[in-house]
Amino acid sequence: MIERTWRVGVGARLFALTIIYSGESFKRFHLTLREIYFTGVMSLLIIVVSAFFVGMVLALQGYNTLQKYGSSEAIGVLVALALVRELGPVVTALLFAGRAGTAITAEIGLMKATEQLSAMEMMAVNPIARVVAPRFWAGVISMPILAAIFSMVGILGGYLVAVPLIGVDDGAFWSQMQANVDFRLDIVNGLIKSLVFGVACTMIALFEGFDAPPTAEGVSRATTRTVVISSLTVLALDFVLTSFMMVV
Amino acid sequence: MTTNIVEIDHLSFGYKGRLLHQGINMVFPRGKVVAIMGGSGSGKTTLLRLIGGQIKPSKGEVRVAGEVVHEQDRDGVYKLRRKMGMLFQHGALFTDLSVFDNVAFPMRELTDLPESMIRDLVLMKLNAVGLRGAHQFMPAELSGGMARRVALARAIALDPEIIMYDEPFAGLDPISMGVICGLIRSLNDALGATSIIVSHDVKETFLIADYVYFVADGVVAAEGTPHDLMQSTLPFVHQFVHGEKDGPVPFHYPAAHYQTELLSEQVV
Repeated sequence: MIERTWRVGVGARLFALTIIYSGESFKRFHLTLREIYFTGVMSLLIIVVSAFFVGMVLALQGYNTLQKYGSSEAIGVLVALALVRELGPVVTALLFAGRAGTAITAEIGLMKATEQLSAMEMMAVNPIARVVAPRFWAGVISMPILAAIFSMVGILGGYLVAVPLIGVDDGAFWSQMQANVDFRLDIVNGLIKSLVFGVACTMIALFEGFDAPPTAEGVSRATTRTVVISSLTVLALDFVLTSFMMVV
Repeated sequence: MTTNIVEIDHLSFGYKGRLLHQGINMVFPRGKVVAIMGGSGSGKTTLLRLIGGQIKPSKGEVRVAGEVVHEQDRDGVYKLRRKMGMLFQHGALFTDLSVFDNVAFPMRELTDLPESMIRDLVLMKLNAVGLRGAHQFMPAELSGGMARRVALARAIALDPEIIMYDEPFAGLDPISMGVICGLIRSLNDALGATSIIVSHDVKETFLIADYVYFVADGVVAAEGTPHDLMQSTLPFVHQFVHGEKDGPVPFHYPAAHYQTELLSEQVV
């Protein structure tokens, strides 16, 4: 228990230092851009493919239920709301933790194990400004964009199943969606969620890498912990954020 | 300007309840190659980390260029580190950067030099270690000896006043070992720097060191020129220098009585 509390403290300190040294890091924004490529662009394939299938399954399951109540035209709304409000931000964050989060943890853990971070320190180069901050901001910037792409591709997948395959009316699919999806309550709230998940997932990955014992086993365990802790944090945060958004 | 660029004064350092150093005194005069020798786990590398300000002593102090290292704030420590270059045991090259970019790294991070000047300086540093022709390689494409030489070029990138070497000969073939050995001495003399070598390779270290400290049981067990230490009759120094199996440093790690342990039913 003491060790866990200590780790939370060390994590919070790393987060504070990351924010403090972000200015230093922004002076060379090309480092952040490079990390956006590795964490964001390189995650696109898994995000797009997953979103496509999630959207198609949503349409199938949704149609199955809605047709019993004679509301099969509402399938577009169902798919869009489910994706924009919940599945887009949450599934993107879970996939991000599995794909980019583990890569960040393993990379920093190995940099520590091979004394690359110590070498940087000895050169009077701050590893938090040079290594941690660019990766943090890359994750925070990438996550909402990935979540938005997830929702768009998911809706496209849902459309392909609902309209050409099942035969739902094309106009009804889009018009109902347009009429019932609110920009402020649905889209902006979804983006806020993905932004918070971006901060949480990236910070967890960075902390686990930074805190990993400098051994093969240590890095392996840190990588596993990144996925487990990020996933649980995303699900818990999703509940908390949804509750607040419903009240407000 | 003081004669000694680094001074270690009554230094004690403990870790996890174990006292690693107890009242160590050492001086490192400008322009000299000074070696710290001792068995594995005797805290040699820790001394380098104390000089570099990566850890703080429990008692005593380390002074670099007259400044007490552990009394400095972050900016003060970084200012002192700009006077230092360090060669890590396994090179610690940045694996995502090429040989050229590794050597250019401290120049790009710590100076405002134009890229054209950085290019020339990097090629000069690589030429000094004989690897100008390998500037485009990635660290994974280098042999152990080549990686160590690139790391050395990076360590001297900003012409430091102090160059620290952590086990520079470990795991190298005889040719690479001879190359590194020669480079340490020639670069030290060419740059007018002070070199601190942490090693347990007696032959190579004695060949280039001006002065040697032997660390054992947390204290300086012996010190002197390589010639003095070769002639030393101190049992520990004699055993270490001549590579004898048994002596003050026992072959066996402390354990229960051999016969008793073999005959006992206790599961290890």
